[in-house]
Amino acid sequence: MNEKNANPIDQDRRQFLTASAAMAGVAIAPGVLLYNIAHGKPADQPVSNAVRWGMLIDTNQCREGCDACVKACGEENGFGHGTRETDSQWIRKVELKDMRSGQTKSLPVMCQHCAEPPCVDVCPTGASFKRADGIVLVDRHICIGCRYCMMACPYKARSFVHERITDQNPDVPRGIGCVESCTMCVHRVDRDQQPACVEACAKAGHGAIIFGNLNDPNSEIAKRIAQYATMELRADLKLNLGVRYQGF
Amino acid sequence: MMRGPAKLGRRSVWKWAAGLAALLALSLGAVAGGSGDGATMSSRTPKPTLVIEKGERCVEDTAYMRRNHMKLLMHQRDDTVHKGIRTEKHSLQNCINCHASSKNNSVLGTDENFCQSCHSYAAVKLDCWDCHASKPKQQATAPAPALAVGMAATAGGKQ
Repeated sequence: MNEKNANPIDQDRRQFLTASAAMAGVAIAPGVLLYNIAHGKPADQPVSNAVRWGMLIDTNQCREGCDACVKACGEENGFGHGTRETDSQWIRKVELKDMRSGQTKSLPVMCQHCAEPPCVDVCPTGASFKRADGIVLVDRHICIGCRYCMMACPYKARSFVHERITDQNPDVPRGIGCVESCTMCVHRVDRDQQPACVEACAKAGHGAIIFGNLNDPNSEIAKRIAQYATMELRADLKLNLGVRYQGF
Repeated sequence: MMRGPAKLGRRSVWKWAAGLAALLALSLGAVAGGSGDGATMSSRTPKPTLVIEKGERCVEDTAYMRRNHMKLLMHQRDDTVHKGIRTEKHSLQNCINCHASSKNNSVLGTDENFCQSCHSYAAVKLDCWDCHASKPKQQATAPAPALAVGMAATAGGKQ
């Protein structure tokens, strides 16, 4: 092993082969083949635990005062933001300040899509559940609006719908009396698209949020997590979060 | 001691037979009378006024859909929410895309609209629409422009 790593020619050869294989893949099926390998689920197949969706938020790229992700989330999922205290918040910008150095950080916080979600543990009806691919959801057909999950969530990620809703996005059913939270735009993910906040952040020029498959060592998110120090919010709770933060 | 049927008095048997014959005659007469003014009877029965916008070709036979659409929807809903299976065939969105009225672009609104007509006739509560949109998606074929518009609005709001 050591011998192999010590040989720079082997290293170079390996890098060259990897790079050329990637180029060949791109050339054979531009944007299609590689994309399908990365996401790869036909519409009639169930999600599997071969994939675990996650997000990496680079707090160095996230701009104070920018709320492109929050707005995009509201538009995609059919609610305004911040107008009333009772309005749903699936994602919010949180300002952090180190009291000693005075340094501030601004970062988005949403449902952290725990591997061991407390909301699922406490839900009395089974409405709160984790999909095989790691996305934590509320089945509104089963939710009785008891809000135990809201109390159990350490991230204050869940909202309750207090008022009657009309003109929903057909892809995002929402209604009175149910608890809801960030779905990682599951309707888009199932169609091999990125969540709305990720696209909006990239469009705003920050690119602070990366979305991808944590289980795939070749995905950008897995590479970044392998390369840089990242952290989970309240890592002491050992919930194994799907959302990670970089740059603290 | 028990007496067998043969030992029954002849008079009582005749009475019984006559009664049966009279009943038969009465019921036949009633049926004949009923079929005689059948048209009047059916016009007195309210029927749902169903307007089917896009022909008779549904995803399954009409008779099957009438009896089982709720089972298909229930199955599809669990598959979609829990397993991420988003096939179009039995999806509620597909129902709406086909059956939304050309008048108000919805499956609800008046008792002529597709879902509402039968459900109000049968007095079966429709609560799908407390959460689901009753109108088809704006651009079912091209979702990208809608996204672009949303993005533009977001960018505009920021400036």
